[in-house]
Amino acid sequence: MTEKNSGGELRWIRGPRPYLLLAGFAIFLAAWHLATAVLKVPVFSKIPPPAVVLREWFNPEPFFGVSVYTSLYYSHIAYSVYRAYTAFALAVLLGVPLGILIGWNRTFKEYAFPLVEIFRPIPPLSWVPLAILMLPGTEPPVIFVTFIAAFFATVLNTLLGVQSIDRSYFRAAQCLGFSRRDMLLHVVIPGAMPHVFTGLQIAMGLSWVALVAGEMIAGKRGLGYMIYDAYSMVQIPTIIMGMLTLGFLGFFSSALVRFLGRRLMAWRSY
Amino acid sequence: MLRMVRSTALWRGLGGIALFIALWEAASLLKLPFLRFVPAPHILFASVVETIQTQAYWSAVVISARRVVIGYLIGVALGVPIGLAFGVSRVFKGLFFPVFETLRPIPPLAWVPLSILLWPTMEQTVISVIFLGSYFTVVINVLGGVETVDLRYVRAAFSMGASRWQVFWRVVLPATSPSIFTGMAVAMGLTWEIVVAAEMVSSIGSGQTGLGAMMWQAYVGGVIPLIITAMVSIGLAGLLFSALIWQIGAFATRWRRLV
Amino acid sequence: MSLYGGLRVRNVGKVYDPEGIHVVALQDISLDIAPGEFCVVVGPSGCGKTTLLNIIAGFDTLTSGEIDMDGSTLTAPGRRLSPGADRMVVFQHGALFPWKTVLWNVTCGPVLQGRLPRAEAEAQARALLAGTGLAGIEGQYPGELSSGMRRRVELVRALMNDPKVLLLDEPFRALDALTRSVMHEHLLKLYDLARKTVFFITHDLEEAIFLADRVVVMTTRPGRVKKVIRVDLPRPRDYRILTSLRYGQLEEEALEAIHEEALKAFETGERELA
Repeated sequence: MTEKNSGGELRWIRGPRPYLLLAGFAIFLAAWHLATAVLKVPVFSKIPPPAVVLREWFNPEPFFGVSVYTSLYYSHIAYSVYRAYTAFALAVLLGVPLGILIGWNRTFKEYAFPLVEIFRPIPPLSWVPLAILMLPGTEPPVIFVTFIAAFFATVLNTLLGVQSIDRSYFRAAQCLGFSRRDMLLHVVIPGAMPHVFTGLQIAMGLSWVALVAGEMIAGKRGLGYMIYDAYSMVQIPTIIMGMLTLGFLGFFSSALVRFLGRRLMAWRSY
Repeated sequence: MLRMVRSTALWRGLGGIALFIALWEAASLLKLPFLRFVPAPHILFASVVETIQTQAYWSAVVISARRVVIGYLIGVALGVPIGLAFGVSRVFKGLFFPVFETLRPIPPLAWVPLSILLWPTMEQTVISVIFLGSYFTVVINVLGGVETVDLRYVRAAFSMGASRWQVFWRVVLPATSPSIFTGMAVAMGLTWEIVVAAEMVSSIGSGQTGLGAMMWQAYVGGVIPLIITAMVSIGLAGLLFSALIWQIGAFATRWRRLV
Repeated sequence: MSLYGGLRVRNVGKVYDPEGIHVVALQDISLDIAPGEFCVVVGPSGCGKTTLLNIIAGFDTLTSGEIDMDGSTLTAPGRRLSPGADRMVVFQHGALFPWKTVLWNVTCGPVLQGRLPRAEAEAQARALLAGTGLAGIEGQYPGELSSGMRRRVELVRALMNDPKVLLLDEPFRALDALTRSVMHEHLLKLYDLARKTVFFITHDLEEAIFLADRVVVMTTRPGRVKKVIRVDLPRPRDYRILTSLRYGQLEEEALEAIHEEALKAFETGERELA
């Protein structure tokens, strides 16, 4: 039984961790500030100091048009969130059943898995040109590219989940007279769930990565587009705002999936 | 080898692929709107054969590969020590891990505009973005590896009188090596995905044409078979390079198969 | 006393061929188990006892010989009766579904097979659980229970399935010695209720003699029957029997045989295959 070498959850607040956390951020911000505002290191000459970024971010009348107070900011966020979550949902709806089928049914696996493995290494982003050519409008290509990223990760992890189910459970089910359908409902699906949710967290992260690229290249709104647009107009504080917002949204989305997973698998907390 | 040829799995796999290609060819002939711009398999195949004989293709491959390897190696060179540091030193982790975790979810592509402003040449921009991709992956995997080193090994070493330095080099590091190699293999696959994106975005007025740039130019120029060729090439390259790392890792950690 | 589940194992052989290495797990092994009998097979690790259990249960095939149950063929080369409710297995590491409650685990067999309506199955289950000292845990998940409690639940699940033969694969191996001795008494209590045919494998001689009607000592790989000892200790048995004279005599009878095999296994460094 391996033990992780980090502190317990309840003692967290009382321990040194929160203070180190703050200290770490402080050091990072201080270094940033030093490099850009004080020492004015030439390599970083185009990067604004943290104060400038924060001032713009929370400015009621932002210089470059985007801040916490503008509806444009939230519009970008809304578009990105809508695309990311839609693509993710599609990936789950198609990917989990496919993964279960491949993991459970040896015949189907032999026919289908090689195909999946041929398409999987193709980077999602390289689907962009083809997606634009194949699908109408501006939204579907972006969602499609994001979907691809999440889809393969989901299929793979679901497959692994099914394969990781201890053989004894299947044998016990056979002894108990389970039909194939019973096995699927009561052994395969619940047994694979832990792995599936790990996969979903990864897929969620990948969705965001793919989404940004898609938006930069093909979108008309959204955080990726906002960053690219700001870049082309040399509005650097906005770039950084976009990046940090993305970071936060990505982290939050994965945490959401993790939370849902813990709820659905109540039996695991013991 | 003979057993492989006789296995049903192989034939079924080929059958599945054949079926897919047949459906594709049929859809192309039927001129389905969905596939209006997608070439039929036989046209694509001819184009691929033609393309891989050109100089331009292979120099694109080399250019992309060089960027990948440089960015990747720097990422590994920095990622492994930092991952180890996070795992071994609670103070170091407490200080810098939250910052790390805040920056990690930022998609590599989102770093591109900033990198362009930061680095003088486009080449460095692309490499720096690739570096970021491999770096974050490696750190997380190495950290995970250190944290799951069975404490019993560490305790056993200490009880035999080893110093902290010895425990690190002789116990922790070897025990973490499977995770290090896993991280390296995953990162390698990832860097090929990133190089595409980075090259596509930065292909606006850059010097050398890597595979990603070639693909974008093909799209702009309407040469669709070339797009697909580039896509598949990148996928293949990613696969081959990660497989190579896997093999190196498997060899370096041969003791695992026996445990 | 159960009239079902009589097993006849006739000249059974099992040869594995993993990655080209020819392994003879069982060789010409023959055994008769009467209906309602508690038969325990003892042998060192790697002797093939788990393989034999898997073949009887239907998880694996044999390469030669034949096994029949109550007169009809169970398995022969090229033929195998799929695992089913007639031969219920209790696994070494436990196979209670961790994602279902205790009650669901215990009642799923009869309910899903359509033999009992849910309400009746649940009532029966509650009674059986209470009888083994586990009243009140029906709504909990296996992960919340101690290992001893889990094993008891698994035994109840096995019994609820009403099998002809109960196959136990070193079920108490992972328990500590004290819990194990209490589990032995529980198992015998349950056995006394229904007197089903039991096929129990273990490497622990004391456990074997305490539980069995007959103890079968197996040789190391390739597995064969070395010695059969009839245990004529009266039932019901409790822990005090362990220090009785008759028990000591039986142990002495079996000890030499099994110690010899244990030594052989030790020297050849046998590892478990199945």
